[in-house]
Amino acid sequence: MFDLLTQPVGLTHYLIVGAVMFVAGAVCMATKRNALGVLMGIELVLNGANLNFVAFGSNFLERNPAYQLGLDGQIISLFVIVLAAAEAAVALAIVLNFYNNHSTVDVDRADELKG
Amino acid sequence: MRTGNGGRRMGEINGHTVLFLFFGILACLFSLAVVFSANVVRMAFYLILALAATSGLHFLAGADFVGTMQLVLYVGGTLVLLVFGVMLTAQNPFISLRTAGGDWIVAALVGGILLVILVPVAFQIGLPPQDAGDIEGLTQREAVASSEPVSVPTATRIGLGLLGVPGDDVSGYLLPFEIISIHLLVVLVGAAYLARAKRKVVVRQESQNSAGS
Repeated sequence: MFDLLTQPVGLTHYLIVGAVMFVAGAVCMATKRNALGVLMGIELVLNGANLNFVAFGSNFLERNPAYQLGLDGQIISLFVIVLAAAEAAVALAIVLNFYNNHSTVDVDRADELKG
Repeated sequence: MRTGNGGRRMGEINGHTVLFLFFGILACLFSLAVVFSANVVRMAFYLILALAATSGLHFLAGADFVGTMQLVLYVGGTLVLLVFGVMLTAQNPFISLRTAGGDWIVAALVGGILLVILVPVAFQIGLPPQDAGDIEGLTQREAVASSEPVSVPTATRIGLGLLGVPGDDVSGYLLPFEIISIHLLVVLVGAAYLARAKRKVVVRQESQNSAGS
């Protein structure tokens, strides 16, 4: 596991960076109390997944050719980028509305719908 | 963009490896900094740096168009939107909201379990095959992958794929492209509707009263 630094850059390196970003985003979503912090966690998760798509579609990495995604990986990651932009716009509008109505961005205090 | 030719020799430090280590370590460090920073303004700044490092990784993987779009759309668009949100809501009690200790323990547990699952999978499927002689029976896409990579700009092929023209390593994506276009339009209209300035109802009632009297 520790001979990664001596090997040429391959799919494994990219998958590990993507995994670290994904886990950081998941922990960020779970722990942050600021609603904007939760949004930043979502962005990190999407970027980790995006990195995996690009790595699977790349011709420049050491890898098993059976896992070749071709240019489809890049197109899917473009779709993910556009969806992330749309999601950020809507989520930010919701957060600003919540802030205007309740004058807080603490997600722990957004419990009015709780029975 | 480099061809993978120099990387085939084991144990050689070349420019690709050095740049990958630089951007990869930067991306991981700033992602972790987003998690462990309590100040929301610093979190936004670290997130910008992490996403910029990710676009560097995209360039290194040969995805020039996706890396450019990452810089333009994500760093230039989405994160500017997030920074605006931070600036609009950064009142004093909300800049650094502390998380309770129990939440940290549960989140660290879940994150550790995820990492323990994901990293062995990365090692399992990421390694190149031991015997490279078995080219027989490869599909055309796999043959493209196993041949020597050439540095061709991807923008033209991505654009043709989005217009529904299938190439040798890309399918047609016309219907998803149309769906995502309509989706983006609807989302922008909805966001503008949600974020619009509220009309003062009281003022209108007063004006009606004054008009009636």
